Amino acid sequence: MSYTNEMRESIKKVNATRAKRLHEEYPQLTLEERAKILSAFHPDHKDEAFRKITVGPSKGEKAPNEFVDVLESYPLESPDEIDLNTIDYDVDILIIGGGGGGSAASLWAHMNGANVLMCTKLRHGEANTMMAQGGIQAAVSETDSPQIHYLDILGGGHFDNFPELVEAMANDAPGIIKWHEKLGVMYDKDEKNHMLIKHGGGTSRMRMHSARDYTGAVIMRTLKDEMENRKIPVLEYTAAIDLLLDDEGKAAGALLWNMETKEYKIARAKAVIVATGGFGRLHIQNFPTTNHYGATADGLVMIYRAGVKLAFMDAVQYHPTGAIWPEQIVGLLVTEKVRGLGAQVLNIDGIQFTYPLEPRDVESAKIIKECLEVKKGVPTPTGNIGVWLDSPLIELKLGKGAVKKNLPAMFRQYERFGIDISVDPILIYPTLHYQNGGGMINSDAETSVPNLFLAGEVAGGIHGRNRLMGNSLLDINVFGRRAGIAAAKRVKTVDIPKKLTFNHVKKYVEELKSAKIPEDRKSPVLLPDYSRIEKRVKRLSIF
Amino acid sequence: MDMVTVYIMGREYQVPAGLTIMKAMEYAGYRLIRGCGCRGGFCGGCGTIIRKKGSYKLTVGLACQTVVEDGMQFAQIPYYPPHHPDYMLENMEPTAEQILKIYPEVFRCLSCNSCSKVCPQDLRVMDYVQAALRGDIAKAADLSFDCLNCGLCATRCPVEIVQYNVGNLVKRLYSRYIAPADDRLDKRCKEIEENKVSTTLDGGFNATLNEMTQFDKKKLKDLYNARVKEPGESA
Ligand SMILES: Cc1cc2nc3c(=O)[nH]c(=O)nc-3n(C[C@H](O)[C@H](O)[C@H](O)COP(=O)(O)OP(=O)(O)OC[C@H]3O[C@@H](n4cnc5c(N)ncnc54)[C@H](O)[C@@H]3O)c2cc1C
Ligand code: FES
Repeated sequence: MSYTNEMRESIKKVNATRAKRLHEEYPQLTLEERAKILSAFHPDHKDEAFRKITVGPSKGEKAPNEFVDVLESYPLESPDEIDLNTIDYDVDILIIGGGGGGSAASLWAHMNGANVLMCTKLRHGEANTMMAQGGIQAAVSETDSPQIHYLDILGGGHFDNFPELVEAMANDAPGIIKWHEKLGVMYDKDEKNHMLIKHGGGTSRMRMHSARDYTGAVIMRTLKDEMENRKIPVLEYTAAIDLLLDDEGKAAGALLWNMETKEYKIARAKAVIVATGGFGRLHIQNFPTTNHYGATADGLVMIYRAGVKLAFMDAVQYHPTGAIWPEQIVGLLVTEKVRGLGAQVLNIDGIQFTYPLEPRDVESAKIIKECLEVKKGVPTPTGNIGVWLDSPLIELKLGKGAVKKNLPAMFRQYERFGIDISVDPILIYPTLHYQNGGGMINSDAETSVPNLFLAGEVAGGIHGRNRLMGNSLLDINVFGRRAGIAAAKRVKTVDIPKKLTFNHVKKYVEELKSAKIPEDRKSPVLLPDYSRIEKRVKRLSIF
Repeated sequence: MDMVTVYIMGREYQVPAGLTIMKAMEYAGYRLIRGCGCRGGFCGGCGTIIRKKGSYKLTVGLACQTVVEDGMQFAQIPYYPPHHPDYMLENMEPTAEQILKIYPEVFRCLSCNSCSKVCPQDLRVMDYVQAALRGDIAKAADLSFDCLNCGLCATRCPVEIVQYNVGNLVKRLYSRYIAPADDRLDKRCKEIEENKVSTTLDGGFNATLNEMTQFDKKKLKDLYNARVKEPGESA
């Protein structure tokens, strides 16, 4: 299915203006203009899309409605009906979530002598980590230093980041790349055998390391392979649905659920590392998302019930260029590199309305404005609306074949659906990309609940209000490693939890009841349901 | 809406034309647990066997990347029992003998090319297996780079090679033993370990990382604004 006749009419205009646009530069916004467009059109500034949390440790803070809904929900289990005396898994450290953060944590905990068990909802590695294309940052060149990296991270995060976490990340970054090199992660190198490094949005030094355009996948598969070799057990299709604490309120394990047999299992552990990733699949404000199927904020729900405070949950990252057509790939990421190589952003008349490389939030706001207010977007038959990203301009600038050569994954993605992006432009609209906020941790990745650690996108504060490209693949490794090491050290000194309890869950339920939260609301979500409503209402749960 | 008829594991459903196999299953009422990971062509978790209308030929594809056609039959292969011997990378050599010790079945490759024919990424799978057999690890690593580990190649191999695991092994061997280590990286790690990375920031300011955590926002903003962007290519 390629473009519709209506779209073809608009593409004719794009083609007609291309030669003229070749040397045309759209002016960048000033800082004041940026602030103005953000407050008018960025989704984070849409007041009615947010509300205050009314229960739990971050009561009174603002967060997106869809997220508050899952936070203010009753547990899936009935705590009193669970048999906590039969222990199915008894380990030093339980790691929840099989993405990059969880895998790094498992490896470091294991290397430090701990007996580790991982559980994950889908297959090991089916995670946002697998989808990261662009790269990972680390200050390794002579012109760069962890200090300059530190400044770049803070500037990106609007200076609200927690300093000790940023320090940890900037400091550990070169060591992480070194560790990966030894593990056999196939990074791109230059003719001097140095890591190939480039700029990313918001960097003042070149420090973006890459593995072609499969950076996350290559890291993920290497960590997974290493875990297999070390025989670290992984329970796939096993979701954690609530944490267990001991009678002193320390982390003590989790209630697991076999998604296929529907049976619950009790895992007891001296320390727990939650690495469940982000919330893209909650489709905040109805946005499509770049995230994997299991990005449903489960970890946040569980740690919140256990008493962990959340930070910056009202700061959501939208990527300006998500696919909005063809229908099959709506929401998927169209990498920033397309604009980096020179593609312009155009409206239905084939005319530029923005500087293509504004910061992500500003670029998103400008695209939303062009579609919703100026009404110069291109409608799709499924009721969406988008603007053009003029990829054929890259061929005009860099020569024939430049698109396929520089953007192989992108080219392949569209070719599968009958669109040649070296000839036709790409229809895009902002897409929900990253959860900037999350649970609060210290520089050892530990939360306020003793023996409970977080690693990866589930944690907040590292990136302040806005994460820069390449710092997330870094953060999952840095805090995965720190969590793994700190937890392994901890379990050497703590005893096996004597008593497993759901006291925190019961207390939370009481709070929900006093706040009059409707009792049919349940979470964690585990997986979205994309079947149609008319099918769902006729389902009978018989087996 | 144009509808087409598809057969999900033999059972007939009407679904809108243009959907992917994955979305067609959801349209039909499935709530997927297995066979659905990234939904974007990266995780290789959604391998599917397909027979098009009237065709004697079996084809394969990724459910999240393949559009349904009228009369198509399909079944997902959510799991294919893999073969993964244990090895520790630090005790290895980047040679053909090493690979054959771990995966002796590579010897038996018939060059039938069945694997390349089914690869949803259009990789030259047989060529990388053959390169591994010759001990040309750099080439094998290069050719297998875009592999998603969907496992469809292994389902078709008459001599039971698990091509994608061979691909993972050669990429790791290449990166650890053949591509020379980055000396700059060693230097930087040593500096950090010895706590010796003091730096002059743009604007002539000197500070250690730890000192910077104590700066107030105003000072940090000034330093940030004084940065000069190093010229160079974007990722
Ligand atoms: C398309 C895309 C492109 C990106 N590009 C880049 C980039 O170029 N550079 C960069 O730095 N960052 C990038 N990012 C961001 C980065 O990839 C992620 O933020 C990061 O990988 C998150 O890692 P994680 O381990 O925290 O979470 P994930 O990798 O998402 O892993 C979480 C895991 O936990 C599992 N899980 C969830 N809930 C439960 C539960 N209840 N029980 C058990 N398991 C559970 C999930 O299924 C998943 O396997 C990108 C993200 C996306 C989506
Ligand atoms: S679901 Fe990941 S490749 Fe299809």
